[in-house]
Amino acid sequence: MDIKNRILEIVPEAEFSENGSLVAIVPSSNLYTLAKRLKNDEDTSFDYLLSLTGMDFGDSLGVIYHLESTKYGHMIVLQTSTNDKDKPELYSVSDIWKGANINEREAYDFFGIRFINHPDMRRIFLRDDWVGFPLRKDYNDELNPLRMTNEVTEDMTQELTLDKDGTFTNKENIIFDDQEYVINIGPQHPATHGVLRFRTSLQGETIKKIEPYCGYIHRGIEKMCESLTYPQTLALTDRLDYLSCHQSRHALCMCIEKAIGVEIPERVQYIRTIMDELQRIDSHLLFYSCLCMDLGALTAFFYGFRDREKILDIFENTTGGRLIQNYNVIGGVQADLHPNFVKDVKEFSSYMRKILKEYHDIFTGNIIAQQRLKDVGVLSREDAISFGATGGTGRASGWACDTRKRKPYGVYDKVSFKEIVYNEGDSFARYMVRMDEIVESLNIIDQLIDNIPEGEYQVKMKPIIRIPEGKYFASVESSRGEFGVFIDSRGDKSPYRMKFRATGLPLVAAVDTITSGGKIADLIAIGGTLDYIIPEIDR
Amino acid sequence: MFDFSIVSSWIHNLLTGVMPEFWAIFLECLAIGIGILLFYAVLAIILIYMERKVCGFFQCRIGPDRVGKFGIFQLFADVIKMLIKEIISLKNSDKFLYALAPFIVIIASILAFSTIQINKGMEIIDFNVGIVFYMAATSLGVLGILLAGWSSNSKFTMISAMRSGAQIISYELSVGLSLLTVVVFTGTLQFSEIIQSQADGWLIFKGHIPVWIAFIIYLIAGNAETNRGPFDLPEAESELTAGYHTEYSGMHFGFFYLSEYLNLFIVAAIAATVFLGGWMPLHISGLDGFNAIMDYIPGFIWFFGKAFFVVFLLMWIRWTFPRLRIDQLLKLEWKILVPIGLFNLALMILVVVFKLHF
Repeated sequence: MDIKNRILEIVPEAEFSENGSLVAIVPSSNLYTLAKRLKNDEDTSFDYLLSLTGMDFGDSLGVIYHLESTKYGHMIVLQTSTNDKDKPELYSVSDIWKGANINEREAYDFFGIRFINHPDMRRIFLRDDWVGFPLRKDYNDELNPLRMTNEVTEDMTQELTLDKDGTFTNKENIIFDDQEYVINIGPQHPATHGVLRFRTSLQGETIKKIEPYCGYIHRGIEKMCESLTYPQTLALTDRLDYLSCHQSRHALCMCIEKAIGVEIPERVQYIRTIMDELQRIDSHLLFYSCLCMDLGALTAFFYGFRDREKILDIFENTTGGRLIQNYNVIGGVQADLHPNFVKDVKEFSSYMRKILKEYHDIFTGNIIAQQRLKDVGVLSREDAISFGATGGTGRASGWACDTRKRKPYGVYDKVSFKEIVYNEGDSFARYMVRMDEIVESLNIIDQLIDNIPEGEYQVKMKPIIRIPEGKYFASVESSRGEFGVFIDSRGDKSPYRMKFRATGLPLVAAVDTITSGGKIADLIAIGGTLDYIIPEIDR
Repeated sequence: MFDFSIVSSWIHNLLTGVMPEFWAIFLECLAIGIGILLFYAVLAIILIYMERKVCGFFQCRIGPDRVGKFGIFQLFADVIKMLIKEIISLKNSDKFLYALAPFIVIIASILAFSTIQINKGMEIIDFNVGIVFYMAATSLGVLGILLAGWSSNSKFTMISAMRSGAQIISYELSVGLSLLTVVVFTGTLQFSEIIQSQADGWLIFKGHIPVWIAFIIYLIAGNAETNRGPFDLPEAESELTAGYHTEYSGMHFGFFYLSEYLNLFIVAAIAATVFLGGWMPLHISGLDGFNAIMDYIPGFIWFFGKAFFVVFLLMWIRWTFPRLRIDQLLKLEWKILVPIGLFNLALMILVVVFKLHF
């Protein structure tokens, strides 16, 4: 089926551009109808909103939607815009894809685009008293000095509704009313794994509602990228998800390499794949440790950290870094492998397979651990897709969302590995997915480690890299989901707009749905198994 | 067998020789009071050091090893730090109750501590309803925790206090039932008589199945009463940061900390006293030669050996198990432990009536 014709059928005014990805440019008045048709029609069924990117096109403001179908695997990019820069209003798609809710709030926060019929039009990252919208090109930074006053948390939110007769009304929605027992979990809290804040309304020990507040570690990386050259932007991806720094950087390099059409040597592909998998094990070990610590099993915590140390040593030998590694570069990797790399990795692989039994002995089989995790925080498959909750969370809900299988990159098409999918959708499934993925990652490494081809570890690149005009997107399977990089280039040496698809943002958006009816202790277990990393949510 | 009452009666005679009896008893009470407090503090230091080392051992770590050989002075450094720390008073808190709470907790703990018998003739509080007194003293502590949580004026401490109240009051039932099982067997509520009745074999051997069940229930419930893992819900650090003592600092916090460790020891000591014979050496009826050799080992060594063995068991459990959830915790008590305890009590009565024990 030709999606292009299909879109033209629904919206005859649509235009197409094919610089990089295929982008359908749709007038804002038709966007909602088109999106709904694309989602609900049987032969298109774009049920997965991969990414929603706010844009400042210069003379207009708009949004770019990356859609994908989990049924057919096809992709389309929609673009819409409005010329009214003073009062930009677009239609919300948050009732079509649940994941759009939080992304539209981000677009509102950074671009000031108000989404009609969005139930909760508040800033999400920045303070409510922030002046202006920072990712707009005409943003004036001097209007926002460091505030010396505390931010007041509002219990009300705005909604812009469109009535049947075509009039807009501002509605106020209540988030928490006065009678509710609301506690702050975070931003300084041991179980949020960083500076994430949940305002939690309780009924005794039972959670009634959760409202996430992000932005406590927001550094404006996307904005910073707009003033950096492409090689400079690389340094920032490591600082997003510090437990997937190889993978995130892999995604960015891949996107740039794809855009400038450079051929990557086989050796680099192998190195990148092995590093990605090591990083995945590293991340999953930390996941195991932190989950166990959250549930009070402190001994297991040390087991995970003890073994993670071995991976970090391997990383350190080759890359020089332990947490932030700066290894992938455009056209290759920073340095060749350390002479001991192959030996160390093999030793680690056989050690890890043996030691995993200990992990299961101390935690997985424990009756209390099972009671704490089983049937707790069930996320259905439909919700997982609708929120865009990829990675271990999605796979635990029965959604085979592994980017390594869906859109193979690196040398994932040359190795055989199983995609771990559980159907329960509860915390225990999310835990088991990650534990099983450690084994699968070891399998991948074992298949590759002996066959790393000889050759260049880097392609000689020009000192100044310019990407031809167009819109580019590449994604990898990071340690906790599909990490995507979207670049809008105007042919300059720095990107016009760079957007990172955060793997954690959909998870945070889904927390309220997952925890409803649970206890406070369940929130901790759910937060642990969702395995989000705050610097990546906040970017 | 060394009898400590020789020492105490010698001191008593010496004092009554030089002063009227009232002042002699007054001085003795003072000395005993100071003795208890000192012993309490020293024991807490030993326990905390032991916990750190045992926990380090379980977690593939070394534990404290910087201050002094094997880190033995680490705890003294910590104690000094704790003593000189500022005690912060909170805005909008109930000042009086806030200051009172740690004292209630520590007084309850010391009262319960006083019922422990370390050696033959070395008892402080020992009267005919000793077990009932012990139960009453330990349950006072929850009052302090509730007050601490309430008066801190924080939502987290409030949740913690409520959890703690629900937990301790529930699990006292199981502690009571399992101790009652032993009372049925020995026919006395007095600790010294319970120990004396184990002269021909510890209860855990004499009472077989019902005592084993009671012992296990007692360990679980006792662990829950001391708020230690896997029952550390009131201070679940990943949920409620530090629970009811979040807002306390300095020695006020120190009191909670001390009493937590001493409660651990008290639970272990009572388990050792009631089920493992207290200071009573290992006696096997019929083997008089063996019994005589065992008697050469002083009673306090037997007592501490048993008590620290139980402490080690409880630490092992703490560092291995994840934490329960509040509804699971209460389910475990009301739907599992209490019915088993009641059934066990009935079983024990049958055993006693039909003389099925050794």
